[in-house]
Amino acid sequence: MKFIRVKAIAKKELIQIWRDPLSLAMAFLMPVMLLFIFGYAITLDVNNLKTVVYDLDKSSLSRELVDSFRASGNFEVVGNIHEQKEIDSYLDSGKAFVVISIPKDFSEKLKTGRDTSLQVIVDGSDSNTATIALGYISAITDMYSQRIKGVRITPLIDPRVRVWYNPELKSRNFIIPGLIAVIMAVITALLTSLTIAREWERGTMEQLISTPVKVPELILGKLIPYFFIGFIDVIFSVLLAVFLFEVPLRGSPLLLMLLSSIFLFGGLSLGILISIVAKSQLVASQISMIATFLPAFLLSGFMYSISNMPKALQIFTLAIPSRYFVTMLKGIFLKGSTLKLLLFETMLLSAFGLFVFAVANKKFRKKVI
Amino acid sequence: MNTDISIKIFNLTKSFGNITAVNNLNLGIKKGELFGLVGPDGAGKTTIMRLLTATMMPSSGEAWVAGNSILSEGEKIKEKIGYMSQKFGLYEDLTVMENIIFYADLYEVPQKERPQRIERLLGFSNLTPFKDRLAGRLSGGMKQKLGLACALIHTPEVLFLDEPTNGVDPVSRRDFWKILYDLLKEGVTIFVSTAYLDEAERCTRICLMHKGKILMDDNPAAIKRSLGMPMVEMWSDDARNAIEIIKGIDGVQSVSLYGNKLHVAISRSELVDDIIINLSRSGIVIRGHREILPSIEDIFISQVEGQ
Repeated sequence: MKFIRVKAIAKKELIQIWRDPLSLAMAFLMPVMLLFIFGYAITLDVNNLKTVVYDLDKSSLSRELVDSFRASGNFEVVGNIHEQKEIDSYLDSGKAFVVISIPKDFSEKLKTGRDTSLQVIVDGSDSNTATIALGYISAITDMYSQRIKGVRITPLIDPRVRVWYNPELKSRNFIIPGLIAVIMAVITALLTSLTIAREWERGTMEQLISTPVKVPELILGKLIPYFFIGFIDVIFSVLLAVFLFEVPLRGSPLLLMLLSSIFLFGGLSLGILISIVAKSQLVASQISMIATFLPAFLLSGFMYSISNMPKALQIFTLAIPSRYFVTMLKGIFLKGSTLKLLLFETMLLSAFGLFVFAVANKKFRKKVI
Repeated sequence: MNTDISIKIFNLTKSFGNITAVNNLNLGIKKGELFGLVGPDGAGKTTIMRLLTATMMPSSGEAWVAGNSILSEGEKIKEKIGYMSQKFGLYEDLTVMENIIFYADLYEVPQKERPQRIERLLGFSNLTPFKDRLAGRLSGGMKQKLGLACALIHTPEVLFLDEPTNGVDPVSRRDFWKILYDLLKEGVTIFVSTAYLDEAERCTRICLMHKGKILMDDNPAAIKRSLGMPMVEMWSDDARNAIEIIKGIDGVQSVSLYGNKLHVAISRSELVDDIIINLSRSGIVIRGHREILPSIEDIFISQVEGQ
């Protein structure tokens, strides 16, 4: 391996990226934009659920109940209705997610110490949100009835639950670190997936393979500029996460950069391998999108917990590099994990990178056909 | 192996499925030859170039370039040769200078020799005023000269040029060939392919190729003499219609059309009168005729038609 040739390829590649506005935009703007869009779009928190009230009682007690719903911050009262049939139209049109229906004798029964009922209708077509909403509803009504009765019922077991690492249970805190992993998985493969295919398409590869350049020199030379671009992308993303999305970074930024480098090496090598096999820019970019985005989004533990997956799928996720990177980023951001805790992920991610790099070297032949 | 031999080709064959692009080729090319591979598109010229530059593996057979086997020592060959592919193979988004330095780096040209070499290459290719221009903004002729400069940066022993003057204007073509003659004086072996038959006459040796096979292989003068029969040029206002009639006459080897002129290869000179009589029966008037020395193109056409 000759350093001068690696340097020549890296320099040439860098000049080409620098002179092409489209690749520059893809390299630097796309990851930041994706993080921005997905960071705001994906939230698993249930806030301001649109609620309408059908209050037949119209008493101070019934108004108090509605107020306690409103005060929780989880429900936003968007209207009052006066007829039964209006319920359907609100739920059907999606103008409301929750309907609170208070019966006529609500306050009277409460005042006389009798049991009463409250009808709450929840739109179950989004079952996740509905489940969370049900929890809130029973908590609010429990508290309300205890206050009205003026007694505190002490249950036999009083669980004192503390949520570690994300005490406010903000979904953004675990989504953003995972999202950085998903975006970087896509970006790295996409960036390098074009480089080899482009040279075949433009006819510059035939000239290049007639020179004494060695395959590892060529591949390494092509990786280097994209490695630095990927590194800058990670720094941008982490800064956005910390300062814009206010995700706490509890671990070492240095460790985060080190582990990101290992991930970048694997991702970029995968892109090169795809580019070598595909030989066409269009095919290469499509393969790299599918090969990275879907597994990173669905099987990395970013959205869906791996432990909930069927056993076979769980084993399959071991071959997905973004799985390790998601664990690393979540760990470093939220738990302040150290290298010792992430050793398993680090080793497998390194192995993945070296393996893909080796396969890419083997697959590339300095022949036209 | 003979040390005077630069390229030795032995039973070389390359097939793509049912198509045999290069068919059992045998050739020996001496050092310092300007070897011209001539043939129409699809004759197999580019395939031979790729086989000899070790950028493609043959189906069978073997060849040695600068003493190294194309089968087992391809990478050694790549250090000793310069190659210009048919399609412009340099980076259009890099400047002239950046392209040259890129290839100087790949061939590990020593730093201290570079300024002198680059200056010389830019000088003879007249690219000095354009050294900071993007390669994509050069004219066709200048692009080819830049390609040549990059292929020569490491002073190769053998230079392979695949249709280097394709799509280049006549003046630039002449400049280009002048550069090749200068290189020849320095002892470089040049292997050039072309579809321009007039251009082939500039080579020291010509190989006529058709459908993967060699039809003729000699120096241009010998090839022109090789027809072994008279060649007659005839003028007619209706030359186009005359072709088919002439072809049908016994003793006519080949006919080709150049504007209103016909070049006819005939087995004996007296046949001219037969042709004129035959044509006049069809109402075609021959306004004049003379015996000529055939061009390479005439030879090639008569060879292909004789197949």
